[in-house]
Amino acid sequence: MTAAGLSAPRPGPAIAVEDVDKSFGPNQVLSSISLSVATHEVVCLIGASGSGKSTLLRCINLLEPIDAGRILLLGEDVSGPGVDANAVRRHVGIVFQSYNLFPHMTVLRNVTLAPMKALRMPRPQAEEAAADLLSRFGLADKRSEYPDRLSGGQQQRVAIVRALAMQPQVMLLDEVTSALDPELVAEVLDVIRELAGGGMTMLIATHEMGFAKDIASRVCFLEEGRIIEQAPPAELFTEPRDDRTRRFLRRIVDAGRL
Amino acid sequence: MNENEPGDSSLAPSHGSAGLPFHSSDRPPGPLTGAMSPGAPMAGSFGTAGRGPRLLSGGGRRATAISTVSTLVVLAALVAIFLAAPGSSQVRHTFFDPHDMWQSFIGDPQKGYYSVGEAIWLNIRMFLAAEVLILLLALLIALIRQSTSAVLFPLRVLAMIYVDFFRGVPLLLVVYAIGFGLPALRLSFVSYQSYAVYGVIALTLSYSAYVSEVYRAGLSSVHQSQVAAARSLGLTQATALRYVILPQAIRNVVPPLLNDFISLQKDTALVGVLGAIEANQAAQIYGSTVFNYSSLTVAAILFLILTIPLARFTDRLIDLDRRRRLAGTVT
Repeated sequence: MTAAGLSAPRPGPAIAVEDVDKSFGPNQVLSSISLSVATHEVVCLIGASGSGKSTLLRCINLLEPIDAGRILLLGEDVSGPGVDANAVRRHVGIVFQSYNLFPHMTVLRNVTLAPMKALRMPRPQAEEAAADLLSRFGLADKRSEYPDRLSGGQQQRVAIVRALAMQPQVMLLDEVTSALDPELVAEVLDVIRELAGGGMTMLIATHEMGFAKDIASRVCFLEEGRIIEQAPPAELFTEPRDDRTRRFLRRIVDAGRL
Repeated sequence: MNENEPGDSSLAPSHGSAGLPFHSSDRPPGPLTGAMSPGAPMAGSFGTAGRGPRLLSGGGRRATAISTVSTLVVLAALVAIFLAAPGSSQVRHTFFDPHDMWQSFIGDPQKGYYSVGEAIWLNIRMFLAAEVLILLLALLIALIRQSTSAVLFPLRVLAMIYVDFFRGVPLLLVVYAIGFGLPALRLSFVSYQSYAVYGVIALTLSYSAYVSEVYRAGLSSVHQSQVAAARSLGLTQATALRYVILPQAIRNVVPPLLNDFISLQKDTALVGVLGAIEANQAAQIYGSTVFNYSSLTVAAILFLILTIPLARFTDRLIDLDRRRRLAGTVT
């Protein structure tokens, strides 16, 4: 699937991050970071906690303003002034580590809220689309449940469906399995694999090295807000060039996570 | 996909709680678990058995017996002290005379006093009108204070001054200022309303300051990640507020809101100082006409009849809310 993605002719990258800086107070979280993700490509971000993976994703979704640099989505500069952030976000789905479902709404309402309110989709149409997506991901019988009645894996799948209901061009996944019990991780990874198989462009921050190895066309190792090394997984995981990547991977191997 | 994994509903969607594998099947240890141990039968005489923070904890039949006896002993002691007091018969005649209580309740305009039972309706009407206005005005103030836009800065300052002012000035003074000040201005319409209307305005101004703070607490109790989730889907600030943030915020503050309204119910009595014939004023008129103050006892009983159901209802809501939260974390 990755080969097909790379060989197809494209006008430009789906996501292009150019020399982006981001600080929280005195903490520089992203330092002149550049990254591009082609259409249909799946790129994984790995690195220790605090290396800037989540912040990068939040910046791309415009949840955090950037201090310097540019972010282009589908060839359009979205980091400049006067950009309608809401319009941009309708094309960029993001899924969070802690699911963040709306606890006072049923699963169905969680999924239909944004299409109805942001895209002005009529309710019957939104509900039909939501029902289709929910059954595609094995959640058909959960549509009337409230989030607190679901397992973490089910909640995270609902969160993914909720983002997909906006028919985004790009999906950003922020450590979506990190809050899950080990036995629930697989069902969520299966959903992501299916999305990748369907050609969804994805940028994934993850601690699941096995999964990254398997799904990514490219893996980027981040440390202190910089991309230290990026390469196809076969290369990065087996023969990392940079010492810092090697050290990180050794810690992962020692922890039994690869 | 499997739908019924082990450890199914034990995963609380608590915000950002690190996803380490040790919160799988145990109920989260909380301060609640000890005190709320299920099963212990409760003394029925308090009417709160099995609900809310219990008046009694643990025990069974023996505890019921002990609590009943101790209640009776305490009550008997209080009654004995009351009856044995040197001025007891005088007090009983002045404040608890059944004949005067009945007379003041039904009223007699020919003899120059109003019915306290009828006057309480004015309290109820003022309460209902003020409650609706307070809910709206307080929400507006809370939203202004919580706003972040630079354009709204002057409004934020005004809202802050408003809240500081009306929380600091005694309600009685606000009632006087509105009730005597507005008519004195002799503006058309504004200055020619009934005292009840001025009373409602004063109550609304004063209570909105408090209630806006309750709303504000509710708004900040909704986790920032909910805002991020809503905005990330492309919802505007207003839509996110209306459908995602406010419903959760209000649900979190229903008990304190109701608590403020219990207090509002009885503070309607302050409007009597303007001359509006509400229950307290009617009772005072009876007292100064007949020189018997059993009418005040009648007014007190009527206020209790109004506030106690709301108080019990609030307890019940708090309990339902607690159960709902526990249901989310315990199978």
